[in-house]
Amino acid sequence: MKRFFSPGRLAALLLKEFIQMRRDRITFAMMLGVPLMQLVLFGYAINNDPKYLPAALVTTSQDHYTRAMVSALELTDYYRFNHVVGSAAEAEALMESGAVAFIVTIPADFSRKVDRGEQAQILIEADATDPSVASGAISTLGTVASQALTRERGITPAEAEAGGGLDVVVHRRYNPEGLSQYNIVPGLLGVILQMTMVMMTSIALTREQERGTMENLLAMPASPLEIMLGKILPYFAVGAVQVAVVLTTAGLLFGIPFVGGMSLLLFAVFIFVMALVLLGYTISTIARTQMQAMQLTFFFFLPSLLLSGFMFPFRGMPQWAQWLGETFPLTHFLRVIRAVMLKGADLPAVAFETGILALFILIYAAIALMRFRRTLD
Amino acid sequence: MQHAIDVHDLVKSFGDKTVVDHVSMTVDTGEIVGFLGPNGSGKTTTIRLMCGLLTADEGHGQVLGYDLRTEPLKIKREVGYMTQRFSFYEDLTIAENLAFVARLYNMKPANEHVNQTLEDLGLTTRRNQLAGTLSGGWKQRLALAACIMHKPRLLLLDEPTAGVDPKARRDFWDEIHRLAADGLTVLVSTHYMDEAERCHRISYISYGKMLASGTVAEVVRDAGLTTFVVEGPRLERMAREIERLPGVEQVAPFGATLHVVGSDVEALGAALEEIGSRPGVTVARGETSLEDVFIQFMGDATDNMS
Repeated sequence: MKRFFSPGRLAALLLKEFIQMRRDRITFAMMLGVPLMQLVLFGYAINNDPKYLPAALVTTSQDHYTRAMVSALELTDYYRFNHVVGSAAEAEALMESGAVAFIVTIPADFSRKVDRGEQAQILIEADATDPSVASGAISTLGTVASQALTRERGITPAEAEAGGGLDVVVHRRYNPEGLSQYNIVPGLLGVILQMTMVMMTSIALTREQERGTMENLLAMPASPLEIMLGKILPYFAVGAVQVAVVLTTAGLLFGIPFVGGMSLLLFAVFIFVMALVLLGYTISTIARTQMQAMQLTFFFFLPSLLLSGFMFPFRGMPQWAQWLGETFPLTHFLRVIRAVMLKGADLPAVAFETGILALFILIYAAIALMRFRRTLD
Repeated sequence: MQHAIDVHDLVKSFGDKTVVDHVSMTVDTGEIVGFLGPNGSGKTTTIRLMCGLLTADEGHGQVLGYDLRTEPLKIKREVGYMTQRFSFYEDLTIAENLAFVARLYNMKPANEHVNQTLEDLGLTTRRNQLAGTLSGGWKQRLALAACIMHKPRLLLLDEPTAGVDPKARRDFWDEIHRLAADGLTVLVSTHYMDEAERCHRISYISYGKMLASGTVAEVVRDAGLTTFVVEGPRLERMAREIERLPGVEQVAPFGATLHVVGSDVEALGAALEEIGSRPGVTVARGETSLEDVFIQFMGDATDNMS
């Protein structure tokens, strides 16, 4: 029996394994950090029934019916009217840029019709690029609005039934059928790019270090900027191929509508990929081994997937999680690509988010160039 | 004449460990200087300081006339550094590795330089072989060729012949001497005594401190050691006996003889008198070898590895 199994030998192997585990600090931190992070993110941050969604109110009159309607909608906790505008065009721009999730339009003749007992209409337009965001808010809408109006008029529900009542018109914008692919597939472009770009570049320097070629590279006259560009540009090209593949497939297999401008989309993708390869390169200046680089990539990947609004509605998350989510390039890219592909947004509408993506480039490049060890110190 | 290397009081610490401790060194143009010392004595660190791979905490000096602190990039362009471990790309072919180096140094036309180097190496037919599949000796030759491709004025070699067979070592040293004759300055670290003896001058470093410098003869002479060669029966037992005698600092078996080394010639002679009078035992004055000197240095140096 001792030939095949000796407790002493097993103990030696176990001991050695534990010692190595303890020595590799990053791995050790990952083993404790990842479960904890998942637990907190899944437990607290993720909410499939988002509330307090920003909404724009389009109205020309400020009569008591309108006020009643607005306060009733806000009482459902789904709507938060932070924009009151006078024209549909203004509201349209807000929705296109993603500043509001709903537009509630109360027509000018609304109160006159209600007073006359005629059938009055209000229009609710929901941003349905993410169907799950809108569904809860839309489902409670009809009853709440009717009840509020009935109460305001001081009549019984029965009288209200007999009269003209309220007609709530709901438009699911950009995605009338509420298909979740519309939301997922453009987002997948971002996720796929993020995974491959960051992972591939994160091992860029660590591989040189592990194989011992770094010493030689540093002894030769290559500047940190040259080394950085030399490492990231090839993957930039890989990213371009991926973009072409995903976009073509998205059109062919899933029939995702593409209403925006191609050049704007490619411009945004360009900036996003640049930020990603630089992020990967930054990771590679921090990690000491390829293994650590992969782990750091994963450590970054997981929360960005959960908190970016790719898997779960961004606005459903508590404030702290939203702030955390804002620190991921994917979050901003998703807003841009959904706006461009599904809403047909133009450059001014996505300029802010694109600018933030560009900011990531500067930040990552600065960190990478600072962290890069030009010497072996 | 301008010195190729002229550095003074270099200090480099990692954490609280001083690896290079006020090392000064001057090397003339065209000279081959051997850099010796035990493992962990600071040889590699000193070499890395000279080629700008590490920055010194203290000290100053010039390499090839460029300031060590302010002009590391200029130094890098004119220095060839061959690392201890093979540090070219194993997943690139021989020709691809050379082309990479040629382009990094802006050598034009790169292809011509690569072809010339391949021809000099005798590797033209194997140009498309992956560098990782080369044997140790060939890897070393490739590394050397890549390091001198850009015609550096100073060559820094860090234990270049570790794990290489005697024939390849001999060829390697012939090449080094040829290059030095053409005016290239070479600083080479090694553990091998025969290689040390092939250098114009040697420097011995131990625990970060430069202990001796000069030609081999000078270093041996300055060490002031006396060596006796003891021959006789049952050497093993006799060695243990001699070790305990006053004035004896080293006892080492060499074939059928014992080398007994000490710095006090009187004490050593007196101690061995009784041994020499035994039947079948002869004691004679011998020549102190470089190795004896180094063993002596190593024994004297205080251990700072702990």
